[in-house]
Amino acid sequence: MKLYCLSGHPTLPCNVLKFKSTTIMLDCGLDMTSTLNFLPLPLVQSPRLSNLPGWSLKDGNAFLDKELKECSGHVFVDSVPEFCLPETELIDLSTVDVILISNYHCMMALPYITEHTGFTGTVYATEPSVQIGRLLMEELVNFIERVPKAQSASLWKNKDIQRLLPSPLKDAVEVSTWRRCYTMQEVNSALSKIQLVGYSQKIELFGAVQVTPLSSGYALGSSNWIIQSHYEKVSYVSGSSLLTTHPQPMDQASLKNSDVLILTGLTQIPTANPDSMVGEFCSNLSLTVRNGGNVLVPCYPSGVIYDLLECLYQYIDSAGLSSIPFYFISPVANSSLEFSQIFAEWLCHNKQTKVYLPEPPFPHAELIQTNKLKHYPSIHGDFSNDFRQPCVVFTGHPSLRFGDVVHFMELWGKSSLNTVIFTEPDFTYLEALAPYQPLAMKCIYCPIDTRLNFIQVSKLLKEVQPLHVVCPEQYTQPPPAQSHRIDLMIDCQPPAMSYRRAEVLALPFKRRYEKIEIMPELADSLVPMEIKPGVSLATVSAVLHTKDNKHILQPPPRPAQPTGGKKRKRASDDIPDCKVLKPLLSGSIPVEQFVQTLEKSTQHPPVPFLLEQHGFSDIKVEDTAKGHIVLLQEAETLIQIEEDSTHIICDNDEMLRVRLRDLVLKFLQKF
Amino acid sequence: MPEIRVTPLGAGQDVGRSCILVSIAGKNVMLDCGMHMGFSDDRRFPDFSYITRSGRLTDFLDCVIISHFHLDHCGALPYFSEMVGYDGPIYMTQPTQAICPILLEDYRKIAVDKKVVEITKHIHDNRALRYVELLPLSGTVQEPQSTSNAFTPPLTHWLLSPCILIPSACETPGTSPLMLVDDELEIKAYYAGHVLGAAMFQIKVGSESVVYTGDYNMTPDRHLGAAWIDKCRPNLLITESTYATTIRDSKRCRERDFLKKVHETVERGGKVLIPVFALGRAQELCILLETFWERMDLKAPIYFSTGLTEKANHYYKLFIPWTNQKIRKTFVQRNMFEFKHVKAFDRAFADSPGPMVVFATPGMLHAGQSLQIFRKWAGNEKNMVIMPGYCVQGTVGHKILSGQRKLEMEGRQVLEVKMQVEYMSFSAHADAKGIMQLVGQAEPENVLLVHGEAKKMEFLKQKIEQEFRVSCYMPANGETVTLPTSPSIPVGISLGLLKRELAQGLLPDSKKPRLLHGTLIMKDSNFRLVSSEQALKELGLAEHQLRFTCRVHLHDTRKEQETAVRVYSHLKSVLKDHCVQHLPDGSVTVESILIQAAAHSEDPGTKVLLVSWTYQDEELGSYLTSLLKKGLPQAS
Repeated sequence: MKLYCLSGHPTLPCNVLKFKSTTIMLDCGLDMTSTLNFLPLPLVQSPRLSNLPGWSLKDGNAFLDKELKECSGHVFVDSVPEFCLPETELIDLSTVDVILISNYHCMMALPYITEHTGFTGTVYATEPSVQIGRLLMEELVNFIERVPKAQSASLWKNKDIQRLLPSPLKDAVEVSTWRRCYTMQEVNSALSKIQLVGYSQKIELFGAVQVTPLSSGYALGSSNWIIQSHYEKVSYVSGSSLLTTHPQPMDQASLKNSDVLILTGLTQIPTANPDSMVGEFCSNLSLTVRNGGNVLVPCYPSGVIYDLLECLYQYIDSAGLSSIPFYFISPVANSSLEFSQIFAEWLCHNKQTKVYLPEPPFPHAELIQTNKLKHYPSIHGDFSNDFRQPCVVFTGHPSLRFGDVVHFMELWGKSSLNTVIFTEPDFTYLEALAPYQPLAMKCIYCPIDTRLNFIQVSKLLKEVQPLHVVCPEQYTQPPPAQSHRIDLMIDCQPPAMSYRRAEVLALPFKRRYEKIEIMPELADSLVPMEIKPGVSLATVSAVLHTKDNKHILQPPPRPAQPTGGKKRKRASDDIPDCKVLKPLLSGSIPVEQFVQTLEKSTQHPPVPFLLEQHGFSDIKVEDTAKGHIVLLQEAETLIQIEEDSTHIICDNDEMLRVRLRDLVLKFLQKF
Repeated sequence: MPEIRVTPLGAGQDVGRSCILVSIAGKNVMLDCGMHMGFSDDRRFPDFSYITRSGRLTDFLDCVIISHFHLDHCGALPYFSEMVGYDGPIYMTQPTQAICPILLEDYRKIAVDKKVVEITKHIHDNRALRYVELLPLSGTVQEPQSTSNAFTPPLTHWLLSPCILIPSACETPGTSPLMLVDDELEIKAYYAGHVLGAAMFQIKVGSESVVYTGDYNMTPDRHLGAAWIDKCRPNLLITESTYATTIRDSKRCRERDFLKKVHETVERGGKVLIPVFALGRAQELCILLETFWERMDLKAPIYFSTGLTEKANHYYKLFIPWTNQKIRKTFVQRNMFEFKHVKAFDRAFADSPGPMVVFATPGMLHAGQSLQIFRKWAGNEKNMVIMPGYCVQGTVGHKILSGQRKLEMEGRQVLEVKMQVEYMSFSAHADAKGIMQLVGQAEPENVLLVHGEAKKMEFLKQKIEQEFRVSCYMPANGETVTLPTSPSIPVGISLGLLKRELAQGLLPDSKKPRLLHGTLIMKDSNFRLVSSEQALKELGLAEHQLRFTCRVHLHDTRKEQETAVRVYSHLKSVLKDHCVQHLPDGSVTVESILIQAAAHSEDPGTKVLLVSWTYQDEELGSYLTSLLKKGLPQAS
């Protein structure tokens, strides 16, 4: 069993597991931090951005100044933003049988994989993951396509040039594989390859492996996966949460007894407590608004925003913010808000009970009804008429490189009354802000990452007790910035196996058993015997049938009836098939009893020519070093009996030999 | 012999009170827990004492599964859990769980109401309440103080706590979630399309399985998809058979007819009354009229009579994933259950002049608002009443459908019906064709019919037995059907043994069935099949070698070595398929059988061949001795 690691990003994983005869891709996350190296795409022509000075090499060579611009000491690529794809060369991706999606954030690279690698398999995901994943992709495509940029920079990617560039451009990895965003057509085609699954549904892959999604508690429809055969179990844990937010709680019990547990998607901000971050978020928001400033919240169109809106719903009136408009601007804002209300069974218990009343599970329905929250597809159109300040705007993209957020950064950046509050943990806020410097606006960093922290992980591992843990290398050492915090790493026994991008791990795994079905007719014919208390044995001779990776044992065929007697030779003339195996024997022969039986006349019905089969009267027993020798003097037959062996030496008297053989077999156990 | 036992406690050759006991591989499952509306005495509920007379029910049943929210499938649940005292797991889908308490609560009010009616001698035919579709969901009935035959505990509270939800069984084929009741018992839900949240179930223990359909519909409609099932080949398929003998014409025709009739009546200024049940068909017909009104730009008002409808529509909005694909795809742009043309009805509207269409409950015109409106409009031949479902004998609906035009109302009044009476089947049950289709899809080994009339069942039973060549049963209530099963036994085979066998299976001469030989070790419930060697090793036993050495006397005057050579060439020519070798020490081997030639101690003209083999080579060894006994061919 092997694990091919295609992504180096611990929260946006992409691994391929080869297990039995199947090739399973676990998630296909898209690393979007690469876009931080690019200039923002403004919705409205921005004089500031277009007048940024070009950057040239120290030797004064200015050929790069069309591609690279400088802003407050940072250098940016002036081009359509590009994303860092999972490794596509490590393994032939057309051999991937299935892709398992754990949550909507971890499927953003799907179109690249399904549309451009010869992939012909099936993708499995829950309905909320698909619907919200579609929204995220739609938003991304929309953000990038609506501001077409002619220029696509490539000179800087030249290795010889790249190493001359300032950090972080110099250190960017795999720049040659960076790709522009996919199209909506590719998104639709990719999503059409998805088959919907529900929690704890068992999906058979080629009869060899079964995969099962389990609730992971992180987002709507987010799942961990069990990949198992009858005797082996691999758990894939990706983006799980133990906090009670809106999704269904995490199913931990089903992860027990794993041979291998692959652990990805832990919190990116292990030192921040989500609850206190939400508190800070609310207080900073109200402070700014009360002072007459505007609040900008760069966010994804689904996920934490539901929780933030719920907090604000409870907070607005008590904080005296009821007159402040809240705007949610995204091409998929409406869809996201609507979809959240119909996935009742994917929600936590509290929210589920609401639908029995019947009430919408999320209170943002009421915020919309009372006009406190308004949503728009973009800043153009209705929004420009309704726009009132001061206000609170939720909009994307959290990287601050594209989307309506770019407009608000340009619009509000110059005033210190305004505040931008970062809640999404995927991008370091200082890097996100770099192309907007110098900035007068206040910047608050309240990253809300509800995924597992290291304390929760060690508790989880203690509880589910996997034999082996596999995780990204980042989790096996403290974060580089806090190298003294040895509590911020995975601590388990045996130590976790770590992987990095483009690595292949052999998982410590020995398969020993496979399931086989014994047909009822065969089962009926088995004769079990008790060897020890509680342990029984039965010898099985059966015909093995294997089809679609399923094995069945059927009773052996009855010996063929002799037909057309004349043509056939007598049975004894047939050369026996040496492949008919005889059972192994075990046990020992009690000599005394053996001899007694030999002496007694046989109980067989007297058959005329077997008349001589009466007891032997001339038996002599000699002791040897290891056992005994039984002599049938007249028959010139000698039987050596030892603890673990019996040797019958006789003349060519088949009748006698068979008789002795059967007597010996009577005393032995057959296997 | 393992067997599956099925006993209907209700719905055996009958419609109503669905309740079927299934015993499969030692697990007892109760399918549905319905009430019979035709009775007000004990017969209203299934006879649970059949399960156990003295013990606790919970000890006898592993779980209860409810297929959908109609009261003939879940109506006895409160009685079952509160009075009989079952507190084990109950499985149902989320919409069922959300909606069935409302129906139960409503029934409770009716039950009380009925008692009041009894006292005042204004009693309707009891059987009128047989179908849950009849239940008016109007909130107009007075809340009772206390009653003897109603369920006292607060129902909503009761229903929310002990049920286990079955995740959404999606309309899309291929997605059927699975629930594990315990280590052995699995439940799988399939989309049934009958009402919102209706599901069919596969109950599986090991390799034995039973599928129970509940009520289902094989044709998609405007708000629900069609039932589907995969080729799961259950031992038994328990299917409803309400329309065992009916084959309906195309749905499109029925819809067109319906719209035409409504349209014509409205055009001539008449009023249309459509008696319905508040959840289910009502939404379907509303969507139908709504789209028609929009397309034709009609102005006549459409009203919906009950206060609960809005609430009902709200459920539909929140349970969008359970509706059909089209609604799911478009709900963001337009939620199909937000009607523009359908408005709430007020009692006073009935007397307003001009055309209108009114949906009113209950569906069989036996009481409530639909009957009130009917009485007002019946006298005018311009008006029309359309009955969209089945009506039980004794109801006004049934009377007018059977052609009666003079109705005796209470107080010896006679109501003359001049309005047009139409019947349109919009029932969401599978018809005979649909049932056959489902049987064909699932490929069961046996079929068992419930939820239908005996006579019609008989017909369908014959048809199923003829077409699919499977046994078909139709037990009456309390009658047990026993099906012997022969489940295969799963065991673990050691990979070494399996691979060895598979590798040999690939050999070219593998035409003859090969025998796999191994030892099955049974320890507690753990069954493992291993090679005999491994079994011996695991049990710490030594192998006992059984060896035979046979002396074969040959007449041969030549030297021993030469005898050996002759033996070798003889065997080589006879045993073409075997490995025959002549070893340097003069001995001959056939496979692992050793043959040595020795001089006879007394007779120099005789040589003794010592043939030695182990028990594992018994057949070949025995064959060789008899072969050699016949002597060697003369050397040429």
